[in-house]
Amino acid sequence: MRESFDVAIVGGGPAGISAACVLAEKGVRTIVFERGEYAGAKNMFGGVLYGHDLARIIPDFAERKCPVERNIVESRIWYLSREAGFNLAYRDQAFFDQLRNNVFTVGRAKFDRWFADQARARGALVVCSTVVTDLMKDDAGKVCGVVADRPQGELKARVVILADGINSPLAGKTGFRPEPRPEHVALAVKELIDLPEETINARFQVEADHGVTTEILGETTRGMNGVAFLYTNRSSISLGIGANLAALSQRRVRPYELLEEFKKHPMVAPLIQDGKPREYLAHWLAEGGYDTMPHLCGDGYVIAGDSAMMFNALHREGSNLAMASGQMAAMAVYDALNKGDVTRKGLEGYRDLLKDSYVLKDLKKYRRFPSFLDSHDELFSTLPRLKCMAAREMLTVNGVTKKEKQGRIWKKIRKEMSLKSLFRLVWDGWRSVR
Amino acid sequence: MTVKVEDKLFLDRFRVDEEPHLVLKDARVCVADCEEQPCLYICPAGVYKLENGRISVGYEGCLECGSCRIGCPHFNIEWRFPKGGYGVRHKFG
Repeated sequence: MRESFDVAIVGGGPAGISAACVLAEKGVRTIVFERGEYAGAKNMFGGVLYGHDLARIIPDFAERKCPVERNIVESRIWYLSREAGFNLAYRDQAFFDQLRNNVFTVGRAKFDRWFADQARARGALVVCSTVVTDLMKDDAGKVCGVVADRPQGELKARVVILADGINSPLAGKTGFRPEPRPEHVALAVKELIDLPEETINARFQVEADHGVTTEILGETTRGMNGVAFLYTNRSSISLGIGANLAALSQRRVRPYELLEEFKKHPMVAPLIQDGKPREYLAHWLAEGGYDTMPHLCGDGYVIAGDSAMMFNALHREGSNLAMASGQMAAMAVYDALNKGDVTRKGLEGYRDLLKDSYVLKDLKKYRRFPSFLDSHDELFSTLPRLKCMAAREMLTVNGVTKKEKQGRIWKKIRKEMSLKSLFRLVWDGWRSVR
Repeated sequence: MTVKVEDKLFLDRFRVDEEPHLVLKDARVCVADCEEQPCLYICPAGVYKLENGRISVGYEGCLECGSCRIGCPHFNIEWRFPKGGYGVRHKFG
């Protein structure tokens, strides 16, 4: 490849394409390398996308036929024992009428492909079926291009944006980010289940184009720090479960067995009954949070999105952080190119932009949350079991007085959890999110 | 519960390269030094199987998550992405 580019971007996901859109629009010669046959071919997430950061890049995304599945009007949180569970739901028609583009479901194979086309329309070159296997460095050690797995695969660029996702052999090889440890990622598996559109509308009690998301915690992950989810698409359901990789490894749990067990839970099974499995996927989540993030720039490069471990586990936000960081990376790179300083110092503007935004502020606020979940297994075992026991007891009318019932419940709780551990759970939990 | 992961992988589309992208650096380590063998459990595609006392690597069904690479206690897996355009290909994502 003899042509030269101002910016080479590794990875055609939300972070990389966002950066490409912004740069190309400013007239910067930009190339994106995507290893899949098309953008999105390799990508997976739960299924929920927020519109705010997308709209900052493509304000008229709805008119441009962004492949939205359903606009989410109801968010549910379930807390489950093995056979029962609690449901907390919030439904608001405003999320369809006035705030329609706030949050919606998408399939990444469709969405990323569409998003890459928007970058192309703005003048970026998006090259698919190409893996970046190494970074070029000049004599001073500054990154000055990429090496791709094709003949004459070396391509020079003034700046490289690393947006190659959380699983990055390139990071391992070049050291721009440490390889994650098993305890710092969750391994999630997801299945896509086809159901007729009307069946989904009926089962979730929604009108056409309206959707429901459900986040699930509890015994579903067999005592491991993890989460499950169930999201409605137009004529399919995205259903998945993930747990800390170190825990899966230690307990010798096969992820797909966890998934099958989850599908059989009495609160899940009726929703997916007679559905036809259509696709099976696996991906990591950056569970380590703020404290596992690398330094976000170096001489000749910046890191954006999942590649920089940007993930807010509490609020299931990742792809929006990727888009926001991709956009800010592009703005900082543009400034650095104009100033003629693309060293680490010249690119630090990226970090400043992120620091002033919700991205780093939120990640910092919840920095203790991952270790809170990791150090409180009872959230995924004893606690949901006891809570369900208490609810069953109180809702069973059998002639026993309510006072006696309360006494029984309290006794059972105290048998399994000391006052101290209960207090510690509440205290640690509050501290991790305040 | 026994779940056949093959039934799940059957749903996916793969473009398989003749050259494997997952290789055991030293197959003896898996047998002689690795008691835990977590690759047999954590892989969401069941790529790793114990056959006749050896670990076999069915890279064809790999979902490219990377778990085996960082989960191997001996870092004994040479792991790279399949060549551009090869490997798993999502239809919906």
